[in-house]
Amino acid sequence: MPADVDELKDLSEEDRNRLELAGLDMAMEERSGSFFQVDQEIRHVHSGAEGIEVLPIADALRKYEWLNDYCWHAVDRDKDRFTQYVAKQEVQRGFAIIAHKGAKAIYPLQACLYLAGARVQHVHNIVIAEEGAELHLISGCVSSAGTTGGAHIGVTEFYVGKNARVTSTMIHNWSESISVYPRSASIIEEGGVFLSNYVCMQPVRHIDMNPLATLKGRDAVARFSSVVVALPGSELDLGSRAVLQAPGCSAEIVSRMITRGGSIVSRGEIRGEVGNTKGHIECKGLILEDGLIHAIPEIAGLVVDTELSHEAAVGRIARDEIEYLMSRGLNEETATATIIRGFLDVKIRGLPETLQRQIDAAIDAAESGF
Amino acid sequence: MLEITDLHVSIEGKEVLHDINLVIRDGETHVMLGPNGSGKTTLLRTIMGFGGYTVTSGSIVFNGEDVTQMPLHERAQRGMGMLYQRPPTIAGLKLGKLLDVTAKRRADQIATLAGELNMDRFLDRDVNAGFSGGEIKRSEILQLLVQDPSFVMLDEPESGVDLENISLIGNATARLLEKDQHLIHRTKSGLIITHTGYILDYIDADIGHVLIDGVFKCHGNPREILKSIKTHGYQECIECQRM
Repeated sequence: MPADVDELKDLSEEDRNRLELAGLDMAMEERSGSFFQVDQEIRHVHSGAEGIEVLPIADALRKYEWLNDYCWHAVDRDKDRFTQYVAKQEVQRGFAIIAHKGAKAIYPLQACLYLAGARVQHVHNIVIAEEGAELHLISGCVSSAGTTGGAHIGVTEFYVGKNARVTSTMIHNWSESISVYPRSASIIEEGGVFLSNYVCMQPVRHIDMNPLATLKGRDAVARFSSVVVALPGSELDLGSRAVLQAPGCSAEIVSRMITRGGSIVSRGEIRGEVGNTKGHIECKGLILEDGLIHAIPEIAGLVVDTELSHEAAVGRIARDEIEYLMSRGLNEETATATIIRGFLDVKIRGLPETLQRQIDAAIDAAESGF
Repeated sequence: MLEITDLHVSIEGKEVLHDINLVIRDGETHVMLGPNGSGKTTLLRTIMGFGGYTVTSGSIVFNGEDVTQMPLHERAQRGMGMLYQRPPTIAGLKLGKLLDVTAKRRADQIATLAGELNMDRFLDRDVNAGFSGGEIKRSEILQLLVQDPSFVMLDEPESGVDLENISLIGNATARLLEKDQHLIHRTKSGLIITHTGYILDYIDADIGHVLIDGVFKCHGNPREILKSIKTHGYQECIECQRM
């Protein structure tokens, strides 16, 4: 990564393509703000949406003293060695996004975390949507084409206020030598909605994440959707957890996994702590080549009136489905790819169309590999 | 259109169809009757080229080309089509997407056809997921109209269909077989499995066949055969020595 890269447009064409694959809009035409960090250097911060601030986290903590109350509140700084590593850094890197009361962004904000050559990239992000605010964040986490090793450790704390709405779409485009340790958690107040979407279709060495949503206010909603492919050499340990702490809360965890030789552990946990709550986990896995898909859906109900369910299925594409499409004139390869694309087609309720298109494009880009 | 000669078919080493001979000419519609388990669906699936059905001897010639060992999709590309009695559900694959990738027709024509079959609301639904009996058949016929085969095999098109849907499906099937065209202009041919014969109210079938225990027992006027079966059951066919 040359030192003079200050803007996304300054990157090489190859790296720009890698970023676009991760859902980043180079022209910023459909984005209302952006944040660009290369290794540990914050290169670009911008917000064009009224009432929504995008700041480097260190600046934000200086600007708003109250923000310290949100710092290491959703995520425990002593959770594990990765959070401890980020917490002990003298200067915190990463971004703070604050959507003030009632502010609504029409277009998503984008955050690009770019690993160019550093051994470790660490970020600490805080996202706050105050009462009635709405924001959509797309994070593209990408390593440079030439990177030969490294780790990304990202702590993100989401605070979804009363009747606020936050969607977070994360598309990973790492490389075979990178290890990734996102540590994120969200706290959702009354009537708040938090949608978290994760897509990883490209090679990576190791990803380990298990974000937590705590639904504290009445009628809060959390939905996690993930679409992942494990290529040979990739080890993905992915999960999502939701704790239902107020009446009317609901959580849903949906995952679609494919292994082409890599290993995936897919965890999901929903805990119903009070009555009139609902939760559902759906894990579906396709094994295209020998590898591992280990689905571990867990539901824990503590009271009478909580409804929790899960379904998990792991297997191959049924022969009769392939032949069905072949009898309509598709060759076996196209029939198989069509079924796989359908399998991965998770339509996310409440997600802006532009972000759904981005997710679809990231999946389509990998489709030829099937 | 289709010429089957001395066909013997095995499933997992056991012969289930014996010495089948059948000629279907351009524009003809044939009906196949027979008790459950007699091999009717097996014959259709063998003609179409599904895996698991081994032709041990004999031949299937389609439009002058020997397709006996041809892969399934190539037979479909050459103009064979099949309506399934119980098609699989394909989670995640939208019916509209399936129509797009298999279409020989333009997108606006697909939309029109879907509307005519009351299937426009289903284009965004996963293929066959939660479809009722009638919806499955309408979806199948829509797929075939989009695929536009010259020879179509229908496996019990009226089974599981309520009275409200039967005329819609009957008329759509007639359209699939160009029954609205004058005989001399009609090129599409069909082979239909039916138990009830309701479909014959919408399609003038030319020839009927009775298949019992993997052997053709009778060929003739489809309505007369059906009438006889309704009156006497299949026992008379079994005992019949006409063949």
